[in-house]
Amino acid sequence: MSQSATAIQTDTHAEHHEELSFLYKYILPVDHKMIAMQYMFTGLIMAVIGGFFSYVFRMQLAFPGESVPLYGIVGPGEYNMMVTNHGTIMIFWVAMPVLIAAFGNYLIPLMCGCDDMVFPRLNRLSYQIFLVSALVLIFSFFVKGGGFGGAWTAYPPLSTVPEYNLTDWGASLWILAVALEFVSFLLGGINFVTTAMNARAPGMKMMDIPIVVWFLVIAVILFMASVGPLIAGAVMLFMDQRIGTTFFLPSGGGDPLLWEHLFWFFGHPEVYVVLLPTMGIVAEIITVFSRKKLFGYRTILYTAFATGGLSFVVWAHHQFVAGIDPRMANVFVVTTLLISIPIAEMLFSYIATLYGGSIEFKTPMLWALSFLFAFLIGGVTGIYLGASALDVYFHDSYFVLAHFHYTFFPITIIGMFAAITYWFPKMFGRMMNETLSKIHFWGTFIPFNCIFLPLFFLGLAGQHRRIYNFSHYPDLATENLQDVRVFATTSLVIMLLFQGIFLYNFFYSMFKGEKAPDNPWKANTLEWTVPSPPQHGNFKKLPTVYRGAYEYSVPGRESDYWPQNMPPDKN
Amino acid sequence: MSNRGPVATHRSSTGIPTGRLATWWVVASEIFIFGGLIACFVLFKLNGTPGFEDASKTSVAAGAFNTFVLLTSSLTIVLAHAAIESGERKKAFNYIWCTIGGGIVFLIVKTYEYSGKIISGDTITENLFWSFYYTMTGLHALHVIGGMVIMALISFDILKGYNFQRVELIGIYWHFVDLVWIFLFPLFYIANF
Repeated sequence: MSQSATAIQTDTHAEHHEELSFLYKYILPVDHKMIAMQYMFTGLIMAVIGGFFSYVFRMQLAFPGESVPLYGIVGPGEYNMMVTNHGTIMIFWVAMPVLIAAFGNYLIPLMCGCDDMVFPRLNRLSYQIFLVSALVLIFSFFVKGGGFGGAWTAYPPLSTVPEYNLTDWGASLWILAVALEFVSFLLGGINFVTTAMNARAPGMKMMDIPIVVWFLVIAVILFMASVGPLIAGAVMLFMDQRIGTTFFLPSGGGDPLLWEHLFWFFGHPEVYVVLLPTMGIVAEIITVFSRKKLFGYRTILYTAFATGGLSFVVWAHHQFVAGIDPRMANVFVVTTLLISIPIAEMLFSYIATLYGGSIEFKTPMLWALSFLFAFLIGGVTGIYLGASALDVYFHDSYFVLAHFHYTFFPITIIGMFAAITYWFPKMFGRMMNETLSKIHFWGTFIPFNCIFLPLFFLGLAGQHRRIYNFSHYPDLATENLQDVRVFATTSLVIMLLFQGIFLYNFFYSMFKGEKAPDNPWKANTLEWTVPSPPQHGNFKKLPTVYRGAYEYSVPGRESDYWPQNMPPDKN
Repeated sequence: MSNRGPVATHRSSTGIPTGRLATWWVVASEIFIFGGLIACFVLFKLNGTPGFEDASKTSVAAGAFNTFVLLTSSLTIVLAHAAIESGERKKAFNYIWCTIGGGIVFLIVKTYEYSGKIISGDTITENLFWSFYYTMTGLHALHVIGGMVIMALISFDILKGYNFQRVELIGIYWHFVDLVWIFLFPLFYIANF
């Protein structure tokens, strides 16, 4: 088509891509799809590290003081370091890069019908900064004193005073790595928002944009608006550590509560920053596999706006026992309980989408449905914690920990597997093995519940978080409680072993799997109109959009889907 | 304009040029960074934290002079934009360098203030007021330096005849940096109670 000097000015592009050298194709790419792969593989490698940490400290809790296979004896400092960095890695180096950066990069240009991000080189730069941040974090594990061990929330004065945290340079490198990661995501986020706002295909109106793109953009804007004060806070914390200022130290007139405010002003919107992309991914999957129009597109969108807005006024529910004014706590109880309304509305809309659909239990659909189930438990237990009267008892117990993992495991891990199994054919041009995928699904989902459901009960029994060895606490060292810990740890080991099946399936299918057609799931969105995997420049002819993304089973049409770019006069 | 880059860069579904849109998002994210610091400072001040009366030690004259210099440099960058709109590259180049000159004067005054304060013992670790003073004005100064470097790069670009739109973009950024100073000046220099 490149020979014809045709038509719309924007279509005369990108057909003359010369073959790029290995260096520019894989190491320094500007192509959004390759950058997405870089983010995804970096995120998966970090997930292996974070998962290994969880294995080591869970083993220590189940079998205190015994040598952990593949690791050895776990010292108290090492335990703290692993707990801290498990949290940090899983949120900042797994959830963010895989859900937002990898799938944002991959999907936004393809779903909006353009050939790349609006700033391809800025995109490459944000990945490079991200990579440096990951390397700084890994480096921090090996400095004198080891990696930072003051919990991922880094409350001062523990995080500021080396005599308290015993990880002088580990703490500073940790804060540096996190700050670099924020910079990377701010740069990437500006690119995402601008692309989705400005580079959409002709005809794609606001209400034709697939939900996942909307949600990625809202997530990025939430991130941008919440992380600023924490970047300022990170600079202040770093200066407290290294220069000797006292922003957060009462000894010099500072206030440790200020850090908590800055941290949670970011920390709570961050939950929705990672939740929304997964919600979007799930919306795409359940419409495709129930062959039904998404129920209440606008409602879902507006609930996301409401969630985003409310998420900025709930942060102090993390600080009910931190010494804040009880009158202020009342306000935050109300806002916290309010935020469950838009989220529940969103879940109801998804369930209504399922109602009456012709549901097909392919692996992505199983992941999507299990997300709804697991996140519901996470959300409902959150209501207990949001009430300050109950939170005084639950605070910093395993109940909080179990609640947290019932939100973040579905968001991060289930969301990631849902997205990977759904878009794998597009990304690598081959199908994943369905049987192995299903075995992996059940082998992950059942043990996940077996790990975290018991932890609710341990929390109710009074088990406190961040304890290295419960045998030092006679009340908590009873046999029945220890049995529960062993059960949870065993489930974790089983779940981790099942990830081997995923890795085998992932890499085997990438090279040897059955060839994937362009549109294996018969979906409407634009990424399925291009070859699998898409070429550099994505579209042979840049598409024009005629309708929304969810026109499934439209009465009077022969096929039960209606691609967004199919002109209305054709069938 | 150059024809390089993907089609995506040249699209404009909103009707706003991509560069301008992205610059506004940069400014938005910066607002939250400076906003966080300013909020922290104001909260400490309202709490009556000891040391904040040291605002009386900063020189209002130096601060006012710097405010004047920065505001003037904002004017010259607007004039540079107007010049490039009418295609006068040399004139725009000169106005950009006037702006950079304003930035240099601002930094010289700032250096003079810093060194005077450090000599008289008001260092960054003296008390919270000075911690905030050096952190916030320092971060602002870094933004001034960054803006000057980018402006210098742009000035040679436009002499060679491309990327004219970037004069407007750096202008937006420069106005933002100016605006931050408009907040810092009263906080650190005038409100000495």
